[in-house]
Amino acid sequence: MRSLSRVQAYIGRHLVVVAGALTLGFMMLPITVVIAFSFNDPSGRYNFTWSQFTTDNWTNVCGVAGMCDGVMLSLKIALLSTLVATILGTLMAFALVRYQFKAKSTSNVLVLLPMTMPEVVLGASLLTLFVNLKMQLGFTTILLAHIMFCLSFVVVTVRARLAGLDSRLEEAAADLYATKWRTFRRVTLPLVMPGIAAAALLSFALSFDDFIITNFNSGSDVTFPVFVWGAAKRGVPPQVNVIATIMFLVAISSVAVGQYIAYQRRRSAAAR
Amino acid sequence: MTTAPVANGDTRRRRLPSIAYLLLLPGMAWLGFFFIIPLVTLVQMSLQSGSFVEGYTFTAEFSNFPEAIGDYSAWFIRSFMYSGIATVLALIIGYPLAYTIAFRAGRFKYLLVTLVVAPFFASFLVRTIAWTSILSDTGIVVSVLRSVGILGAQDHLLATPLAVICGLTYNFLPFMILPIFLSLDRLDISMVDAAEDLYASAFSAFRKVTFPLSLPGVVAGTLLTFIPAAGDFINAQLLGNSSSLMVGNVIDSQFLRVLDYPTAAALSVTLMILIIVPVSIYVRKTSSGELV
Repeated sequence: MRSLSRVQAYIGRHLVVVAGALTLGFMMLPITVVIAFSFNDPSGRYNFTWSQFTTDNWTNVCGVAGMCDGVMLSLKIALLSTLVATILGTLMAFALVRYQFKAKSTSNVLVLLPMTMPEVVLGASLLTLFVNLKMQLGFTTILLAHIMFCLSFVVVTVRARLAGLDSRLEEAAADLYATKWRTFRRVTLPLVMPGIAAAALLSFALSFDDFIITNFNSGSDVTFPVFVWGAAKRGVPPQVNVIATIMFLVAISSVAVGQYIAYQRRRSAAAR
Repeated sequence: MTTAPVANGDTRRRRLPSIAYLLLLPGMAWLGFFFIIPLVTLVQMSLQSGSFVEGYTFTAEFSNFPEAIGDYSAWFIRSFMYSGIATVLALIIGYPLAYTIAFRAGRFKYLLVTLVVAPFFASFLVRTIAWTSILSDTGIVVSVLRSVGILGAQDHLLATPLAVICGLTYNFLPFMILPIFLSLDRLDISMVDAAEDLYASAFSAFRKVTFPLSLPGVVAGTLLTFIPAAGDFINAQLLGNSSSLMVGNVIDSQFLRVLDYPTAAALSVTLMILIIVPVSIYVRKTSSGELV
């Protein structure tokens, strides 16, 4: 009995950690299932129940008609929209943090607004614009839409990094007679770079994974999420799980690489 | 403009604001053209009449709104009910994890943050579909609940409102956890120590000090969970049944299959207003608007 009450006391003290661990388990469950079922050899059309281990899905990823085309299209759109959104968003972040001007608070609100709208509203409103302009739905309209919703996330991410930046470092460079441009290139930009990289990673992921807004503006073009949505009705091939697993691994490793670089920088800074 | 360094800090006030406008211009033009103008065309389309074949014309047809709301009130109610429940659930299960990561994780802190964020980078749709195999009748959850007697032999989890709420809670949980974690992580732990030094119990120290200080994170988290959940149609489509569809499903099908653009636009505008009004009241009431 005594050991039982000790267990109870332990649990009481660590209740919050236990609850946290349970939540983490809840969050990890689906991704575990996704990874496990990428090695499944489904007996029917539906990859819902475990039947047999196989690596065929991994060796024959593009064996499903249309899926790899969708992945390629999504990659192309994600790369282009990340490029444009990161450049435009970084410029905006600089303006919003580094300058005082009349329309500043209005601009801040305008940048945040798209993030406070449900995606259906964003997607539907863009569709009404493209219908009014009689634009052909497809690659271009998807790209225009993706750049729009990535932009806000880039501004918020880079702005946070810029706002937390120690301006004394730039003043020191100026004191040492560095020109404005040189100060920017050698001091400001390297310090803001982690924020820009994080923003680019975030926009890439948002664009690659977007379904709701794309669904309204894709016409007959099929991105990877649009392919998955269509496949969900007739049974999702296990190769879809392979792609999702690869996305997960790429995300984990890019975050890990980022952390490693930051760690190395801190270490070499400490050594100096 | 002088280049002389200013000793006490702010060089930025001396810079020309015209450069700021130049930097802002391309991005603002983009937002204006692909965010503001579409909202205007959406509202305009919600007031049109006609048919898809003959074309829709603007006739200031305000009756689209009462008609759309009247026809689909059940879908609106379900959307707000499901997303409201999912937000509360996400807060209840997300807070302990955010707390654990901020105060109890030690050197595993950033590993845990990565684990919370990482699934978000792997396909939303594929992860939602994974719930269909977790909650299916042949899955482990149903068989355990049936053997314990919580579920009867005829009861299901998949294709129920419960599954939809579960999916919504799961999908938007990282948006709840991250802001709460960030505000807890910034919190000055000596304030909690002070409360405990003054003989506050661990619980009342939490209730009176820690929780109020994490409130900005809680507010941001509930908004970032509630807003996308209220407009979502993926979870209702993949995990629900025909009587658990949400307003997002209606907007999707009216726009893309029924092609009744004015009704679909009226529903979108209504959804937007129904979200923005309570959200701005909530933000006013809970904080002084210093969000994000």
